[in-house]
Amino acid sequence: MTEKEIFEILKEKFCETIIEFVEAEAGENYIKVNPLEIDKVCSFLFIDNILQFDSLMNLSAVDDANGEKKTEEDGSFEYIGGTLSVFYHLESTDKRHKITLGTTVEKDKPDVVSVTDVWEHANWHEREAFDLLGINFLNHPDLRRILMPYDWDAGYPLRKDYKDPDYYQGMKVPY
Amino acid sequence: MIFDFFTKLTGSEISASIISALLPLFLFVLPFALIAVLLERKVSAHIQDRLGPMRVGYHGILQTLADILKLIQKEDIIADSNDKPLFNIAPVLVFAGSYAVFAAIPFTSSYIGSNINLGLFYIIGISGIVVIGILMAGWASNNKYTLLGAMRSAAQLISYEIPTLMIVVTILMITGTLNLNELTEMQSGFFWNWMIFGGQATGIAKILLIPFMIVGFVVIYISTLAEVNRTPFDISEAESELVSGYHTEYSGMKFAIFFLAEYANMFAVSAIVVVLFFGGYLSPIGYLGNTLGLPWLIPVEQLLWFTFKGVAFVLVQMWLRWTLPRLRVDQLMAICWKYLIPIAFVNLLIVGLITLI
Amino acid sequence: MALKTEEMTLNLGPQHPSTHGVLRLELKLDGEFIVDVIPHIGYLHRCFEKHAEAMTYPQIIPYTDRMDYLASMYNEFGYVVTVEKLLGLEVPERVEYIRVIMGELQRIASHLVALGTYGADIGAITPFLFCFRDREKILSLFEMTSGARLLYNYIWIGGVARDLPPDFLRLTKEFIVYFRPKIKELNDLLTFNKIFIERTANIGILPKDVAVNYGITGPMLRASGMKWDLRKDDTYSVYNKFDFDIPVGEGRMGTVGDCWDRYFVRILEMEQSLKIIEQAINQIPDGDVTSAIPKRVKPPVGQVYVRVENPRGELGYFIVSDGTLNPKRIKVRAPSFVNLAVISKLCNGHMIADVIAILGSIDIVLGEVDR
Repeated sequence: MTEKEIFEILKEKFCETIIEFVEAEAGENYIKVNPLEIDKVCSFLFIDNILQFDSLMNLSAVDDANGEKKTEEDGSFEYIGGTLSVFYHLESTDKRHKITLGTTVEKDKPDVVSVTDVWEHANWHEREAFDLLGINFLNHPDLRRILMPYDWDAGYPLRKDYKDPDYYQGMKVPY
Repeated sequence: MIFDFFTKLTGSEISASIISALLPLFLFVLPFALIAVLLERKVSAHIQDRLGPMRVGYHGILQTLADILKLIQKEDIIADSNDKPLFNIAPVLVFAGSYAVFAAIPFTSSYIGSNINLGLFYIIGISGIVVIGILMAGWASNNKYTLLGAMRSAAQLISYEIPTLMIVVTILMITGTLNLNELTEMQSGFFWNWMIFGGQATGIAKILLIPFMIVGFVVIYISTLAEVNRTPFDISEAESELVSGYHTEYSGMKFAIFFLAEYANMFAVSAIVVVLFFGGYLSPIGYLGNTLGLPWLIPVEQLLWFTFKGVAFVLVQMWLRWTLPRLRVDQLMAICWKYLIPIAFVNLLIVGLITLI
Repeated sequence: MALKTEEMTLNLGPQHPSTHGVLRLELKLDGEFIVDVIPHIGYLHRCFEKHAEAMTYPQIIPYTDRMDYLASMYNEFGYVVTVEKLLGLEVPERVEYIRVIMGELQRIASHLVALGTYGADIGAITPFLFCFRDREKILSLFEMTSGARLLYNYIWIGGVARDLPPDFLRLTKEFIVYFRPKIKELNDLLTFNKIFIERTANIGILPKDVAVNYGITGPMLRASGMKWDLRKDDTYSVYNKFDFDIPVGEGRMGTVGDCWDRYFVRILEMEQSLKIIEQAINQIPDGDVTSAIPKRVKPPVGQVYVRVENPRGELGYFIVSDGTLNPKRIKVRAPSFVNLAVISKLCNGHMIADVIAILGSIDIVLGEVDR
């Protein structure tokens, strides 16, 4: 099944949740979904007999870097506003089709519903996205930092405007 | 015997016993451990397609000496939360246990540290001290890995004493003596008089005994292997699970003492197997000293034969270690309780019936 | 008096002989039995993804080497395939063949480490050194080609750094002849050893549906009985030109998806890799290997997710480009990272020694888990 056909099925089932079909200049297209309804879409994709998306290949979060850039005197900068995105690459090992879902949230309130109930695989990827980009996955069973130290409180390193703290646990960070 | 010789020489029983107790340590155990450590490294290296130590001396023969020099210089680390008295006494106890075994082992017909009538009984009993030492080391280190290792080790050593003892009893039924010197002398003659070939029994009884003696030998060899914590039974050290078991926290000379005890133990159990089944110090083919008419040559030959037999079994232990994977703790217990003990028990019964013939 | 018992917590790692790096497993124990396993990762986090955002596309290649340092060639392979897809770049056929030969040699080298260290985890040291002895020969081939033994920086966007040295194909053929009997030797020494089978069969059974749900890929998924190999099922490069099988776990010594199956699938895969290399050597065309390397890599705005079959499983790169020389975001779907997540599910009810066996059979590389 092609992405377009899957999009039509989804559009019919969830009319207001599915926002649009994004056609990319290069690379791959994706279906944009409402962040607070993503779990429903995903469990439908998982359960539906025709679609059977039994495998989540990858889950990645991206800082869109599209806020208003405010540069300070020392060259460091900050984005005011802007969005974060999460991309879900799904695949059906049986039907052999693939699809990409995307969702976009405001940086100030980055709430996305977790899909860990659908695919256990999402568990660690969501923790990673929380750890590195600060996306708050609702209903996640165990949302802790995973790659950074558990007591890291200097923000989320993969955000474009992340700044190293001066000290961590009394140790100087920039060296 | 040697004790009487020193009593005459020094005129005092106390000094004689001190000398005869220290003699095997300096004449045999320490040199053996030095050679065995190097041998182990060389054997393992050649099994694994490598060269092993090559730098210190010709083909690395001085490597162990260099290692010992290093270990002596090392700082003796005792962590704050260790139980210090126990921590310090544990390696001594382990070494004492394995070293004391040598007191009753007849190296030649004219040298035996202490020719006691209960020699075999003494050996089995005194080697039990090693368990206490290991438990002490594991507990006093105040470390979960060492504790787990010590617990495993204690369970393992105590379990494997049972099949060992049963086979020892089997031998006792035939020979009727616990004195190791007498036991050896009973196997004199040529190699077909060794216990593994039925000892001095004659006729149909001898032929019937041979298969059961071989079974007995295999059982006791496996269980003694387990008692010295060598692969495939090294679960108490289990490098990949418990880091290095009960001696994880030890460094420097204390570690070296554990190490020494391990190699002393390897030879001790091999020596017991040799005495019980392979005629101890006896030559399988007669003595050069008899042929040449030089009676003083006979003990030397006997010592060489004894060492040769013992080292042969030590080599088999090394060979097994570098070939086999390690068992899991429950499988180890299963082998002991489900297979070795029933086999040893049935063996005991049958040998008992045969001796009635 | 009622005796009180409590669970013991044992920290396996971060420094431990058999965690294959700096991984910490928090074990909750009831005696020797496992109640729960909680993995703690991140000790080797080197911010690959953050670094990548500050570099140009070709500059990132050496960094991909350092993720799964036992399969560097394949990490580069996956990365350049992704960037080439984003650029819409066609590469010469000879380059594809070289990449496949390198990739499959790397797969054998990586599996040799996996199998050898697995033997060491179970307590057999000798197979470990045998495996490393054979791996050395592959590393020498790599050294001859790229000048490095571990981190190659050989496969570049649009080509490879330099052509194969003149003797390479002959030496690779000799290696294949040398290596086939060595697989049998390993089988005799370790695979069919009774103690080894006792330790690994029926331990850590991973059913197929659980494996798919957890995103498990690679030899681990195949050991669970699923015939799934991206080289065939989502083919890339020139893998469709070769004839090879996908070995799956059959539960020959126990249940499908146990540790022994995971081990044995890797042995069978090495044989298949040899088969692919043989065919590739016979078919390799002549040509220029550097002609398609672009002077400046500046992909258009867009995003792409491409995956390749790494020795450890599905290695995916998700690259978002904003039309500049630096990528906006690179996310690596690291197979070890994903496969490790299932460990707490596999270990329940087993003993401490089995945790080591299960961890070894997952075959993680911490450089990749933490990136």
